[in-house]
Amino acid sequence: MKLLLALLMVVLAGPALAQEQSIAIGFVTQARDPIQPVSPLDQDIRDEGIAGARLGIADNVSTGRFTGHRFTLVERVIAKDAGPEDAIRDLAREGIRFVVADLDAPRLTAALSARDADRMLFLNARAPDDALRNESCRANLLHTIPNRAMLADAMAQYLMTKRWRRWFLVTGSAPGDRLQADAFRRAAARFGAEIVSEKEWTFKLGHARSDTGHVTLQSEIPVRTRAADHDVLVVSDEENEFGDYLSYRTAMPRPVAGTHGLVATGWSAVSEQWGATQLQSRFEKLAGRRMSAVDYAAWTAVRAVGEAAIRAGNSDPAKIMAYLRGPDFILAGFKGQGQSFRAWDGQMRQPILITGPRLLVSISPQAGYLHRGSELDTLGFDREESRCRF
Amino acid sequence: MQVLIAAILMLALASQMACAETIYVSNEQDNTLSVIDGQSLTLAGTIPVGRRPRGIGLSADKQKLYVAVGDDNRIDVVDLKARKVEGSFPSGEDPELFVLHPDGRRLFVANENDNLVSVLDIPEKRIVTEVEVGVEPEGMGASPDGRFVVNTSETTSMLHVIDAATLELIDNVLVDTRPRVAQVSADSRQIWVSSELRGTVEVFDAGTRESLAKIGFEVPGVPRELVQAVGIQLTSDGSRAYVALGPANRVAEIDAKTFKVLRTYLVGQRVWHIALSPDGKRLYTANGNSSDVSVINLAGREVVKTIGVGRSPWGVVAAP
Repeated sequence: MKLLLALLMVVLAGPALAQEQSIAIGFVTQARDPIQPVSPLDQDIRDEGIAGARLGIADNVSTGRFTGHRFTLVERVIAKDAGPEDAIRDLAREGIRFVVADLDAPRLTAALSARDADRMLFLNARAPDDALRNESCRANLLHTIPNRAMLADAMAQYLMTKRWRRWFLVTGSAPGDRLQADAFRRAAARFGAEIVSEKEWTFKLGHARSDTGHVTLQSEIPVRTRAADHDVLVVSDEENEFGDYLSYRTAMPRPVAGTHGLVATGWSAVSEQWGATQLQSRFEKLAGRRMSAVDYAAWTAVRAVGEAAIRAGNSDPAKIMAYLRGPDFILAGFKGQGQSFRAWDGQMRQPILITGPRLLVSISPQAGYLHRGSELDTLGFDREESRCRF
Repeated sequence: MQVLIAAILMLALASQMACAETIYVSNEQDNTLSVIDGQSLTLAGTIPVGRRPRGIGLSADKQKLYVAVGDDNRIDVVDLKARKVEGSFPSGEDPELFVLHPDGRRLFVANENDNLVSVLDIPEKRIVTEVEVGVEPEGMGASPDGRFVVNTSETTSMLHVIDAATLELIDNVLVDTRPRVAQVSADSRQIWVSSELRGTVEVFDAGTRESLAKIGFEVPGVPRELVQAVGIQLTSDGSRAYVALGPANRVAEIDAKTFKVLRTYLVGQRVWHIALSPDGKRLYTANGNSSDVSVINLAGREVVKTIGVGRSPWGVVAAP
């Protein structure tokens, strides 16, 4: 019996008993309506973000087995209309110091202002707002999701490489659409494109999936897309209200790029280069669907904490935080280059994929956009432009 | 005069013999092997294999070539005389790289999707053991004395050392980010590991697993992020190491005693795996993005030829 007990203990303890270190990572998300599919090919997504974090923790656990680190993920879902303060307080009470935030910008800001939040490090995996990297930046906030300016710059570099320099900018009416349009204007000015015409998309389309929907679209969209001659229509429609319907229906035969058509994104299921096949298949096995850009940002955030904990050789949160922001940190993110955090605003520098609906088209930064430091810093806010003051 | 002619003839013969090798390249996107004649340095044939061929290696008698075909979850066996696939081995899921143990009968296979190293018994054509390692196992090396086998796991960033007799893990060592290739020196005393994303090669004492050196690379005009380290070849006399620098499009030559980088060679785009010729006089490089093979004459210190092969060449071996 004693022998059995001893045996059991050995089995339970595993190889890393001697100096096992525990690192718990919090994950805060909010209840959302399921994403309405536009195309019958779209997959039903009900666990965006959290599925990426779960894969990240699984990858951390596999590594921790060999290094004596025990990683756990503590998930908190806040109600659709509730604030995040209670959830943050709960996590703080449990001693959690790392929080991956799957929240929009207002809720992320509220979370950062919650009691005890200043002792935590937040990793933003959803909010693309440029303000969070500038005026509203915080010393205890990192971002793994690319911000709008990064995406716009990545697209602008590609369009300029193609010499598609005359843009027709079409913007939806949601607040995010306007902010993304601002980012496209900034990118046009930075890289030498010209916005020859602008339009706000203010009307509701007849539903394309109803029996006669396509007839309405076919007559409406050409009228709404008449504009001065341009090389490319750049669309800003973060809420997927109309962007998918533009291609092949515009007044002039021009490609559609931006939030639809040719898209700049931190991640896409179409990528299979740089070892991405392995990450894609691991994710599909776990989640039963394809990996989105938010899933990827959540995976990256959890992996970043894991990587820093293992490299810092320590479970002291202060040391892990310092390592994350330090010059030695790099994360392997399946995009061909090491990814690290910008010291001046906490944004993760990373290549941005330029994708079509079915295949990868390119990756930015494009060749020739040089930088004295990292060429990845040609995307988004460089040190000199940053309005962030910690 | 006769002596002179004889000497010339012998020289010609010797040079022919020196280059009598045949080079095999796995083309990841074409599902083929390209065959290069080492004498004329021209493409001599194409062999269809399974889907997504990457790791390749010779059998002990050098009459067969093993090809890991990842998307078919097996290892194809190519008869080199007939130039066709004559059969296959089970390999576990998604085999990428493998190494033949010096006993000639066991293949150690990295299963990239399963976090396993599978041990395949060649005569029995079955997997006898699986060793659990880190996430995305990749590089495989065997000590020439047969005592241990090494593996790297890309996402875990570790070097795993496996006892070749007991098939248990002896040690797990944290290495630089995204380790790709692990090679054991000819005297079985050192383990060389390349890190793709940190762009370094670290050399470990095989007995103590202590780090002996970490080698960095600088290529003027190439951003630091694109100087990555992938394929490694160590010479049998222990004097030199060659390292493929991936998207920096260079191969570095290193003094294996002092660990100093002596020079770099400009080769094709995204150079991945590399192979020394059996006589050690040439280095062949598989250039994934330019779909060609560069040939370096090591004594003359120059790239002498570029040979077009299939799409996305990945692995390369030179057979006598």
